[in-house]
Order: sequence, then structure tokens, then C-alpha cells
Amino acid sequence: MTLVFSTTSAGALVVKGSLPWTPNAGDPPTAVLPGPWVYFIPEEGAAIEALVDRLIPPDPQTPGGKDAGCAVFIDRQLAGSYGSAEGLYMRGPFANGTPQQGDQSPLTPAVRYRQALAALDKYCRATFAGKSFAQLPDDQKDKVISGLEEGSATLDGADGKMFFAQLLTNTREGFFADPVYGGNRDMVAWKMIGFPGARYDYRDWVDRHNERYPLPPVGFAGRPGWVRQGP
Amino acid sequence: MTRKLPATDVVIIGLGWTGSILAHELTGAGLNVVAIERGPWRDTATDFPPAFAQDELRYHIRHDLFLRPAQQTMTFRNNVNQTALPIRAWQGFMPGNGVGGGGLHWNAQTWRFNPTDFQLKTHLTQRYGSKFLPENMTIQDWGVTYDEIEPYYDKFEYLCGTSGKAGNLNGQKQAGGNPFEGPRSREYPTPPQRQPYAAVLFAQAAKELGYFPFPQPSGNLSQAYTNPLGVTLGACTFCGFCEWFGCGNYSKASPQTTILPALIRQPNFEARTNCEVVRINLDKSGKRATGVTYIDTSDQEWEQPADLVLLCAFQLFNVQLLLTSGIGKPYNPSRNEGVIGRNYSYQVTSNVDAFFDDKNFNPFISSGSIGMCIDEFNGDNFDHGPHGFVGGGYMGAVQTGGRPILTTRTPPGTPAWGAQWKKAVADNYLSSYETMVHASSYSYRDVYCDLDPTYTDRLGRKLMRITFDFHENELKMSQYLTDRLAEVVQKMGPRQIVKLPRTGPYTSTQYQTTHTCGGAVMGTDRSISAVNRYLQSWDVPNLFVMGATAFPQNAGYNPTDTVCALAYWAADAIVNQYLKNPGPLVQT
Repeated sequence: MTLVFSTTSAGALVVKGSLPWTPNAGDPPTAVLPGPWVYFIPEEGAAIEALVDRLIPPDPQTPGGKDAGCAVFIDRQLAGSYGSAEGLYMRGPFANGTPQQGDQSPLTPAVRYRQALAALDKYCRATFAGKSFAQLPDDQKDKVISGLEEGSATLDGADGKMFFAQLLTNTREGFFADPVYGGNRDMVAWKMIGFPGARYDYRDWVDRHNERYPLPPVGFAGRPGWVRQGP
Repeated sequence: MTRKLPATDVVIIGLGWTGSILAHELTGAGLNVVAIERGPWRDTATDFPPAFAQDELRYHIRHDLFLRPAQQTMTFRNNVNQTALPIRAWQGFMPGNGVGGGGLHWNAQTWRFNPTDFQLKTHLTQRYGSKFLPENMTIQDWGVTYDEIEPYYDKFEYLCGTSGKAGNLNGQKQAGGNPFEGPRSREYPTPPQRQPYAAVLFAQAAKELGYFPFPQPSGNLSQAYTNPLGVTLGACTFCGFCEWFGCGNYSKASPQTTILPALIRQPNFEARTNCEVVRINLDKSGKRATGVTYIDTSDQEWEQPADLVLLCAFQLFNVQLLLTSGIGKPYNPSRNEGVIGRNYSYQVTSNVDAFFDDKNFNPFISSGSIGMCIDEFNGDNFDHGPHGFVGGGYMGAVQTGGRPILTTRTPPGTPAWGAQWKKAVADNYLSSYETMVHASSYSYRDVYCDLDPTYTDRLGRKLMRITFDFHENELKMSQYLTDRLAEVVQKMGPRQIVKLPRTGPYTSTQYQTTHTCGGAVMGTDRSISAVNRYLQSWDVPNLFVMGATAFPQNAGYNPTDTVCALAYWAADAIVNQYLKNPGPLVQT
């Protein structure tokens, strides 16, 4: 028997006698829907698309960060619990510590992106005759990114080096996470490296040594070939 | 206003491995047991079914199954001259949350400690002399021997169905097992897991160098197994989503897959989830626990009186609750007095990465505790005399999967982004491999836990403060062990290897393991231990403290087998000694 703890609000449970099981109680991930930016304003979205496409550039075999959906992934992550630092310890006082003490910023990821993208825009327009990051040719984009990475490009009102690290981390997350989160479109990143995705049983393969696993990747939502075409 | 509940015989704080074990043993002895768990109830079908369990982003990167630091965290500094700052997001270690605790998301590497690990101070002093140990190293004996807890190791392994090959059966060495292990009273419950390519290559290379490789003891089962409680686990399918994940396949030993289905049928057991114990209550004498106070999700406070209090939370939170409740004397490093927070220790891991031209490892085919290991350089299995350090670890080919967000290994010199990075990831994903050393962390006078003077949790309680750094002994050890591992890996025929010994200072931002230890250690001398050899509080005899909290220092093995063996050992003492005559089980 399972009862909601009487006299108190939901959440706390008394479990006694049998396992607390109810039908359809699973909590699968919610798929990201295509469509307009949820968190970014259009200028921010354009900058992020340009950035992720240089961090992971397209090549003849595999799309780049933009077409793989990394910008959409980051947008949806920032609009959700990651962006608001939900669950993290965000109490003060805030002080800069040693590198060993970890990130001590009072700013949420969403706010950091907003500030850094505004600062990057200002930096690019001041350095490149009024052009935004997205308007720069690839070699200049790469120079700006290298400047952020090395700390030589100083942004006004944001920590460029910290932003670079966070952007690179989030871009890789989007590229390699399950496609339900908006990146890794058509599992392009998994195909690129040979990862078969959300499979669950390799018993027939564990001792087939030094052989390439033959099956294509699948995600939580299956794969394109599984979707019925036409009526 | 606090509402007082009817008294119960036993209250358990935390329903992970040790809480489940104690609850099962004590309900079996006829006691009424209430377990209070801070997190939610978790089970396979609801929380991590195979339809979506293989989600690296959700579970590993975004920490879905873990405690939220907003609920509870700790502060950290490397030494007493620094100001500790809060750990705002988990990076260095990952405290679990909810029913099953760490037993839900562990790799299930099920190692016993060596016999000499339990008498470490005596053993090392006898072999090398007392001057061999660093001056401020505070290692000590456990107060219990390997032979005494062997039956309880056995009991836990047979609960789990652990897959492995014995190397020592009742004193007889067995081919194919770990020749350095202490004697086992019987073979593992199930045979070892089958091994992927890299592990087989590692074992061949190790043999060529004269070592004795053996399969890592695994709580991810090689075959279906029904345990003595009548609960059945299935065979592991090598999905490669083990550490940080719940097992969707009922094949990783956890409280959910071994105990809870039986425990929940006991009419004298009750669990309350999403309820957080905020303190252990004492009577006026301060020598008897009267129960616990906890809050539910609406912040309503409840008092649960009990005759016996079992502290079964994760190691760090056990120590914090003792400090917050004013039980035992807090440790003071400058005076070298007190016991709560003393002898905090951790783990020293290191890696050798290898890049191959002609190999395909299919790294995604794995389990959390698969792999082949050698134990020649663990504990005191080798002569430390010429090397000037103590301690050691096992090493082997134990990569737990190929989850792609964090398995983008590239050769040194590869840029972190751009076309070259992308090509290097594509070229090396299937053909590179990470080998590992998993080594000891001994205790020191200046490494400890206490309450932070500045930072508080959401209820206004002081956070616990960790003061920790590696010492020269451990860094020397890591260099030596990593060099030995590299020699084996080199024999596997790679194009290139990268040695990554552990270096200082310790950083809270780099994950090693979640094997934090100590802080209320067991022992025979109450001036340097918080609990006696039965894990009973010296100060409050109707309080027992479980977990790696009791380790006087950490050995070069994963802790869970020892944590759970000690839980069974303590349960036995409670049922067969304490209940007959409640009071201190060891007189001082």
C-alpha cells in the first residue's frame, strides 16, 4: 500500500507493504521541437550558429555544428533548467577562489550567454569596422575564437575565456547527445564516430574482437528509416 | 511546530545500500523499522527503463539521479590558509540521492580490501619501521580483521550475485583469479563477465610481463542469478551505461535489484521518502539518542522517536549530521584532538591513454565493472622499501563505456575545436582506449572536515567544510604506479601512449571517484576513533554509523564491498549482542 503522506503536501511518501508502482509513471525526456528561438534573440541566435559552425565546421562527410542543431540545442538548454542553474548552490557570499575551488560566479548560464554575446558583438563591431561575428569571414571568426580561448581577446562586461569554455562544452554536448535534445540531427555525430546510440544489448558482440559493429545508430525516437513514409 | 510521531524500535537515516541491509536484517529480527530518505523513491520501470536509460546528457552531464547542491553541498579548500568556498555544482565527486543511494548509479566494481589494509599501521610499521611513514600521516588499524569480516563480504557478494574468479580459496591459490587477495571461503556466486577486446589485449600484455591478470569482480552479472532473498537479477547486456546511470535491465546489483523487493514485504518496515533528517536528537545526558527530527517537502518538521538510530547516509552527510547534532568531539587539527571530521580520505586515480592504428575496440560495448586487472602494485603487495612511499592500487583495462560526449579522446597536440579536432575525434573514437590506476588515499593530520563558518544550506544549517590536498607520498605513488601501467599498455602495441599520473594540488573540479572516506572512523582507541569496531558510537551507544565514514584511510580498491560487509558485520553485532543487552559493545 502506498499513501501520500497524510496531513502534508505531495512529495513525501510513506511506502509500506508493496513497491510504489503506478502505470505510465515513467519520466521520458521531452523532445525539443524545431521552430524559432526560445531563449535567444535573433542576433544572438545568428552569432551562436556562426560560433558552433566554426567550433565544429562542416566537412564533406559530416555537417557542422549549425546544421547538426548545436545552436538549437543550446537555445533550448538555456531556456530550461540548465539555463537557470536550477538545483545548483547559488547562495552568497560570492568570492573568487582558486581554480581548484571551481566556478563561483553568481550568474546563471542563461545570463552569462546573454552578457557574453552582447560583449562579443561589441568587440567584433569595434574591431572589424562595424561587422557582427556572424558577418566575418571564416579566418577572422577563427581568430576571434582563438582570442577568446587564449584570453587575448578582452570582452567588455564578460569573461571571454570562461564563455569560450562553456560554449565549447555545450556545443560538444549538443553534437553528441541524443537527437531528442535538438542537436546531433539525424545522429550525424554518432555516425561520424561509429557510436550505435541508445542500444541496449551487445551480448552477441562483446567477444567479436576487432570487428566493426555493423548496425546504424538509433536514438530514443528510433531513426529516420523507422518512420512510415506516406499515408 | 514539530509534530511528534509514535515511537519505533529503529530509525534509519538514508535508504541506500547500508540502510537497506540494516533494515532487512533488523526487520528479520522482529524489530519495527522506519527508514527516512531525503530523496525520492526510485525504481527501474519509472526512473531508468531501457527506453531512455541510455541518456548521457540527462544522467551523466546534468546529474539527474544525483543530489542537488541547492539542497545540500559542502565547502572546499586545499589547506587551512585558504578560505573555503562552496561546491556549487558537482564535479569532483557525485553524491547520490533517493532510494538506492550510490548503490543505484555505481559501477558495481565489487572488490575486497587486502588483509593488511585492515591492520595498516601495524603492518607497515613492522615491515618498514615507524620512520618510513611521513610525519603527519595518521593511518591506523581498523579494529577488525579481514578474517573477521570475510563471512560478511561473502554475504554481500552472494546477495549481489557478484561475477568473478577467486584467486584464493581457503588459502589455496587459484589460477585465473587475483593471487594477492585474502582467502575466500567459497568461489564467486557467478563466473566472470566476458571481456571485450581491449581487456583481452591488456591481459596478454600483462602476462608477457610476468604479471597475473584477472577479471575485475563485477556486480554487473555474467548470467541470471537468484539471491538468498529470492530476488532475481538478469544477465548484463554490456550497454555501456552503468556509472552515473540506473540499470534498465535488472542486471546491476543495487538495493532495488537485490533487497528492496523482499524488504518491502516485511510488515514491520516502512520507508518515508522525500523526507530529510535535520538532526539526531539526544536526551539531556547527551549519551542517548532519542530519535531524529526531519522535514518533509512542505518544510513541516516531524520528530520520530526511536530506541536505536542508524546513520546510513552517504559518508559526507554522516559526518555532517554528527557535527550538526553535536555528537562526538569535533576534530581540531591544530590541537590534534577530537574525532568527528578526523581522517578524511579519498582516492588517487590516474590514467594511461593509448592510441592505436589497427584496432577497433567498440568501446561502447562495456559494463561498469568489466575489464582485466593486475594487483601486483596494490596495498603492500610489493616492497615499498626502495620507493619511499606507501600505498598502491590496482590497475587495468576497465573503461566503462564509449558514451560520446565525454569519450572524445584525441592525441596530444590536437586543437580543442575546429576541423582538426573533428577529424581526430572521428579517427580515434573506436581505436583509442583509457586504462586506469585506482589507488589508495591515506589520512593526514591536516586533512579533515568541520563546519564552515560562513556558508549555510537552505535551512540555515552550516555547510560542512572539506580541507583536503594530496600529499607527497600519494603523488610519488601515483607516478610510480602510472609508470608501471604504461609499461603494460606499451606492450599492447599502441601508436602512442599518454601517461596521466595524478598531480597536485587536488582540484574539486576534476572527477576521480565518489569514494570519499573517513570522518567518523572505527577503531579500538576512542581518542582517535568515533565508533568502535562494531560501528557503534563511543559517545552515544544507541547510535551506529555506517558507510565509508568508518574507514580510517582508503585502500586501493573501490569501497562498496567493504562498506556493505561492515554493514552486515554491524547488523550481526546489533542482533546477536546489542539487542540482548543494549549498551556499549566495547568497554573503555
